[in-house]
Amino acid sequence: MGAIGEAFAWLASGANWQGESGIWNRLAEHLYFSGVCLLLSCLIALPVALWLGHVGRGGALAVNLSNAGRAVPTLAVLVLLTLTPLGRQGDLPTIIALVLFAVPPLLTNAYIGMREVDRAVVEAARGMGMSGWQVFVRVELPLAYPLVMTGLRSAAVQVVATATLAAMAGEGGLGRIITAGFNTYDTPQVVAGALLVAVLALLVEGVLVAADRLLDPMRRRGADRPAA
Amino acid sequence: MSDRSCLTANDWICGEYVRSRGQELTDATVQHVWITLVSVLIGLLIAFPLALLARDRDGRRSRFAGPVLGLTTVLYTVPSLAMFSLLLPVFGLSAAVVVTGLVLYSLTVLVRNILAGLEAVPAEAREAALGMGYGRGRLLWEVELPLALPAVLAGVRIATVSTVALTTVGAIVGYGGLGTLIVDGLDSLFKAQVLTASVICVLLAVAADLLLLGLQRLLTPWTRPRAPRIRTARTAPVPASAAKAG
Repeated sequence: MGAIGEAFAWLASGANWQGESGIWNRLAEHLYFSGVCLLLSCLIALPVALWLGHVGRGGALAVNLSNAGRAVPTLAVLVLLTLTPLGRQGDLPTIIALVLFAVPPLLTNAYIGMREVDRAVVEAARGMGMSGWQVFVRVELPLAYPLVMTGLRSAAVQVVATATLAAMAGEGGLGRIITAGFNTYDTPQVVAGALLVAVLALLVEGVLVAADRLLDPMRRRGADRPAA
Repeated sequence: MSDRSCLTANDWICGEYVRSRGQELTDATVQHVWITLVSVLIGLLIAFPLALLARDRDGRRSRFAGPVLGLTTVLYTVPSLAMFSLLLPVFGLSAAVVVTGLVLYSLTVLVRNILAGLEAVPAEAREAALGMGYGRGRLLWEVELPLALPAVLAGVRIATVSTVALTTVGAIVGYGGLGTLIVDGLDSLFKAQVLTASVICVLLAVAADLLLLGLQRLLTPWTRPRAPRIRTARTAPVPASAAKAG
């Protein structure tokens, strides 16, 4: 296809990689935003979800939060935050929006992961004299691990996607290459930017899948579990 | 007098805006609804054969299951702005870009749920039907699909709600329904337009969800008594899939 060829030609041109609106700078912005926000989201969501799962409360909240997250358009939140007084605080609206959309998958998956741990196993652990903390660290956490990682993967992909959309609200990141291309009717640039974003998202997903396999405390892969 | 000033004062909530731009809002909402509707319907039409392809004659997963599920997962990972941009050279600046992108996203949830629904059909029910002389087609149509319906409809609900939210991103090619109003509102810093369009968009998603929930109750009355809330969320085959928002 001609458009793809032109997009590769655009990517091959060294000039497009340099400077403030060059690919390297946009990629750095994208990774910086995504990384910071993913970390923030984990710090917020995981302790809450794991604790709620451990004590077995707040299930409705954890599940409904994820459903609500689906119904709210990311773009609307980004634009709304940009128009509030927060919009004058530089990158703050983007960071808030990214965290807002990364928290639900993390929270819901970690909570469900904790609750799906076989009650009989937990009872047995308690019967063996384990304290609440020991049950949490040595039984519940390893068994909940697969779903926690699924949540992390969803959140990471979500963050990369939302950071792309931030360009439509005037922020930086790789999405900016796409929106700049649209503004100048430069289709090769649009396609090139889109390829970069798509590759980045797939790479993030791939790296996390690999990390998941390497780090799994149970190290068993029986029936394929749904990769969501 | 006070109404006039809410437009000049650029308030978030402005009745005058809704009155004076009612037509614009209606047009955007109508576009939003038809893009969503067409996308989910086409998604269903494509998802069914794909799910059937992923099963073999005995109702187990066929060798196509891996590729089909893998491909739809990969498509789902691509951020929406990139997806629409990649489709731009194929369709040009048209609604087809948005609809195609949304169809591809809906496939992930739909194929998974249809497949999970069919796989959950009890083997006894299949064998009984086969023993009664049902052919493959009749088995599928009269036994398997009705039994798979709750999972299928759960998938349709998830797909529809996320499609409503995702349609906004179509604004990049000018076919984003309410999203177009949101982005235009950003360019002109028009707060009332952004907030009103955003609220309508969320209301659309909620309305679609409730409508489909009603349909689900109507079509599958046998599923009603059990299932407290948490259970329905957990039995949905894709509990983990977050909002496909970006």
